[in-house]
Amino acid sequence: MSNLSAQQPVLQATQLIKRYGHVTALDGADFDLYPGEILAVIGDNGAGKSSLIKALSGALVPDAGEIRLDGERVEFKSPMDARNAGIETVYQNLAVSPSLNIADNLFLGREKRRPGILGSVFRMLDRKAMNNEARTKLSELGLLTIQNINQAVETLSGGQRQGVAVARSAAFARHVVIMDEPTAALGVKESRKVLNLIKEVRDRGLSVVLISHNMPHVFEVADRIHIHRLGKRIAIIKPSTHSMSDAVAIMTGALNPEDHPSCTANT
Amino acid sequence: MSESQILSTQQPADHERIADAASGAVAEFNLPQATLAEKAHRFFHSNPTAAPSIVLLLAIGAFTLIVGDRFLQPFNMSLILQQVTIIGILGIAQTLIILTAGIDLSVGAIMVLTSVVMGRMAVEVGLPPSAALGLGLLTGALCGFINGQLVTRFKLPPFIVTLGTWNIFFALNLWYSKSETIRAQAIDNAAPLLHWTGRTLEFFGAKLTYGSLLMLALFFIIWYALNWTAWGKHVYATGDDPAAARLAGIRTDRVLLSVYVVAGVICAIGAWALIGRIGSVSPQAGMTANLDSITAVVIGGCSLFGGRGAIFGTLIGALIVGVFRNGLALAGVDVLWQEFTIGLLIIVAVGMDQWIRKV
Repeated sequence: MSNLSAQQPVLQATQLIKRYGHVTALDGADFDLYPGEILAVIGDNGAGKSSLIKALSGALVPDAGEIRLDGERVEFKSPMDARNAGIETVYQNLAVSPSLNIADNLFLGREKRRPGILGSVFRMLDRKAMNNEARTKLSELGLLTIQNINQAVETLSGGQRQGVAVARSAAFARHVVIMDEPTAALGVKESRKVLNLIKEVRDRGLSVVLISHNMPHVFEVADRIHIHRLGKRIAIIKPSTHSMSDAVAIMTGALNPEDHPSCTANT
Repeated sequence: MSESQILSTQQPADHERIADAASGAVAEFNLPQATLAEKAHRFFHSNPTAAPSIVLLLAIGAFTLIVGDRFLQPFNMSLILQQVTIIGILGIAQTLIILTAGIDLSVGAIMVLTSVVMGRMAVEVGLPPSAALGLGLLTGALCGFINGQLVTRFKLPPFIVTLGTWNIFFALNLWYSKSETIRAQAIDNAAPLLHWTGRTLEFFGAKLTYGSLLMLALFFIIWYALNWTAWGKHVYATGDDPAAARLAGIRTDRVLLSVYVVAGVICAIGAWALIGRIGSVSPQAGMTANLDSITAVVIGGCSLFGGRGAIFGTLIGALIVGVFRNGLALAGVDVLWQEFTIGLLIIVAVGMDQWIRKV
């Protein structure tokens, strides 16, 4: 990751603006994500990181600014647009349907149909193929402690549910996986599993955006850290050159990144 | 975050290493021996039709003991099936709506209105019977479309929307029918097709009507749609957690609208069965049908909170009501105790649902 500037970002946003009445959520925010990296996005509450992530995942349409995927200008009108473009998001509130089973949840919104007339006329689901694929995806990610693929998601533990959500995004993402606070509701061991899962997703060649308040988690897995403050990116730091206290100081405004030599300040 | 908490290392924090070294028992699940109640809970949770099926079998057994063999005779069984046909069909429509966490108070009114449309189109306008039937189905679809638009576009609660359209559809029904009944004889002459649902097939003493068969066929079709198509999964997901469904890329408004339209068409099929059953077309028929359909759905184990329930539960729920009414009547019990019993069943069913829904 030594000469990032020579690479083309896989996902890039420039000068995003979003206002809600008098409140400015995004105030000319920039964003760059490079291939095969884990980029953490940190910021205080109300800094606008959720709005940024929503804009990147299609859940929010910015008032101004542009988003590029692999250099191509994209305009996401809905989460479906972003998904179709190869960007998958794991939401903080999980976005799984509790009463549906694991396989149904993995394929929710993009179900497979049976070949031939059964699928085209009778719209019949190919349950066997979906179950098999779900099993493969989960075991690839080391999640097959889940015994039964037809188990309702509500019977799973928090970590297992998060595993299902991560597996879904990893299975379908072609470019980017965005994870919003994936460890927020989890215990120590479950967090560890999810962190390993995040690295696993990166090692399979996808780029990961990780939004988290948990500094040890961020510093452990991130390749770069995007610091968001007052609606825009104010600095990019690396875990190898900065400490957690630096990150917190920049994030809260106690430290001006321009005074700090090794920050890549946003200009 | 205070200074002391900030760790300079990028390795997993110390507390995690300790946790890793600790016994894995805490992270394991299902280890403690399940009690009988827990096992029962798990069973009912994964088999939503189990509880109503057990109630139905127990009720049939009890009434056979009380009333004697005449209760179990094929003729009486087929009579119960005839008696639950209308409510069963409306119950299918109601189940779809309730699965999306809605409720439809207008199903009965849609049925009566469409039956009047079918009758008048055939008898008074003189359209071919199949055209009259088709216009009735179209009217049902339109009523459902209006409900669905009000729920999805104007974001009004389904309870209020259908409370309103219940009155509106019923008033339109009185206006269009001029509050007059179309006699069975007139329908027989002009449109025997409308009476097809009342014709019977006899075997082994049982008298099955085509209307009952139509109801069973509808149950199978909707069962297929709910369990074997993406649309069905989307209906469940929309009722379960609409926000999650939207984030998963499901256009929940379209799913909801489709559910209301399908429900409207099913109510119109209910109208066809109604004409077959009572022979005439009466603007006053089916007055209690909307609440009875909700009763069948609830006793059938469908959760009013949406996303949970099985379509065949509603058939069983309707049969339970039918068996209790028929059995109590044969036992010579006053009609008021039928209502009393149905009331008890509803409350027990909802209580069961509250318990089963807990994870």
